Amino acid sequence: MFHLILFLFFGAICVAGAVNLLVQSHPINSALSLIAVMASLAVEYLLLGAEFLNAVQVIVYAGAIMVLFVITIMLLNAGKEASSGGSRVAIVLGIPGALVGTLLIGWTLLFHSNTRAVPIGALKGDPRAIAQLLFHDFLLPFEITSVLILIAIMGAVVLTSRPAAVARGPRRDG
Amino acid sequence: MSITTFVIISLIKSLAVIFVMMTAAAYSVWLERKVSAHIQNRWGPTKVGPFGLLQPLADGVKFIFKEDLVEANVYKPLYIAAPIIAMMFALTSIAVIPFGNWVEVGPWGTYLQVTDLNIGLLVILGSTSMGVYGVALAGWSSNSKYSLLGGLRASAQMISYEVSLGLALVGVLIMAGSLSVRDIVNAQRHLHWNIFFQPVGFVVYLISAYAETNRAPFDLPEAESELVAGYHTEYSSMKFAMFFVAEYCNMVTVACLATLMFFGGWLGPVGGPPIVQALLPVIWFCLKVFFFMFLYVWVRWTLPRFRYDQLMAFGWKILLPLALANIVVTALIVAWRG
Repeated sequence: MFHLILFLFFGAICVAGAVNLLVQSHPINSALSLIAVMASLAVEYLLLGAEFLNAVQVIVYAGAIMVLFVITIMLLNAGKEASSGGSRVAIVLGIPGALVGTLLIGWTLLFHSNTRAVPIGALKGDPRAIAQLLFHDFLLPFEITSVLILIAIMGAVVLTSRPAAVARGPRRDG
Repeated sequence: MSITTFVIISLIKSLAVIFVMMTAAAYSVWLERKVSAHIQNRWGPTKVGPFGLLQPLADGVKFIFKEDLVEANVYKPLYIAAPIIAMMFALTSIAVIPFGNWVEVGPWGTYLQVTDLNIGLLVILGSTSMGVYGVALAGWSSNSKYSLLGGLRASAQMISYEVSLGLALVGVLIMAGSLSVRDIVNAQRHLHWNIFFQPVGFVVYLISAYAETNRAPFDLPEAESELVAGYHTEYSSMKFAMFFVAEYCNMVTVACLATLMFFGGWLGPVGGPPIVQALLPVIWFCLKVFFFMFLYVWVRWTLPRFRYDQLMAFGWKILLPLALANIVVTALIVAWRG
């Protein structure tokens, strides 16, 4: 019971953070709401018995990736954004569309899903089980993903630096 | 154990640990002032109490009674939240640090640790990585050039060195085969301290820990000659004190972690009557942590400050490859020995 209350509470925080992310006009507030979303997601993982995933979620998403977002906002010194008043299409099509989508997903999951409910802790979430999956059962897809990410990083470096600077090599300061 | 006893015991343990942590942080300040004074051929605090031992208390009272300035152009919600965030995450990580072995008081027995998680080490790393927000937001919300530059430097430095800090510990994890801090210590019995098997990991960890806590020779975020006081320039009174305490708490945490990961934690010669047997491990632990705290101060007053580009180059081009090479070599040896 207590478990369920906590789960619903952090689920509510997660959704509230996501809504706040869209509503806020200052980028730093949006970034902080996103951190709240990430952190409450981490708590949800913990409540589902996936401790390792919880720690990784905090360290990687809330800790590392979002810090880069915040640093970028600080570096650019981005200020409050002017509201464009919202578009008519978003109100007429977007909100009903989102509602219908949510209802469809909920309905499918509740009544037409082939998966059964599992008790907490039945699925292995400890580091050993995850390592077994990542480095044994799904080694090839995992490694291919890492190579893809590496290629993306190199692409970003090439795109953001000017060709002359790339050709000259790293700058040497006395 | 019923849920009520569990909550009561956890509450008592948490309060005790927070009290110990705050006191340790306060007395690290005293230690720093005393040692730095002796290094510079001075006496340091001597007036308040014997050997100036009550100086931290006097400082605390002074902080409380100082005027709490809030500048006109700060972004108030974050300006107030930043020191709270810094302090909160500095205190969180102590929850998984074991101070000693199993002790029994009457019918109740407990480990001298708030909680033992099977992801204990990751909790510490996670809370240090969240602590960056306190510094970054303080720098940004103060709306001052010095604070902003200090905050940017601090957060860039902390996320850079966090990588080698975490990777330096992976060697230890491979050897222990667990993420629980208690298991890692228990794997070092019979003087099989990890420092003998992981010297490279230890050196990388120690250097990254200095950078991670923004201490000299890596104290660029608060370099006085360039940035006044860095990210906390605009803070006064208790808000400043919270950053100060958070910084020293982080120092204590990384010193504890160095002790647990590489120096066998609370392990040491134990004997005598039961009460001595229960207390000796705690004393060994404290002595080892004290050694690291002393080393911190010693290094600060011995080495000059790095230049910023040197700091970044050192972190990414020397420490990171070293830590990675250490992991590969450790993994190969462990795999080879089966």
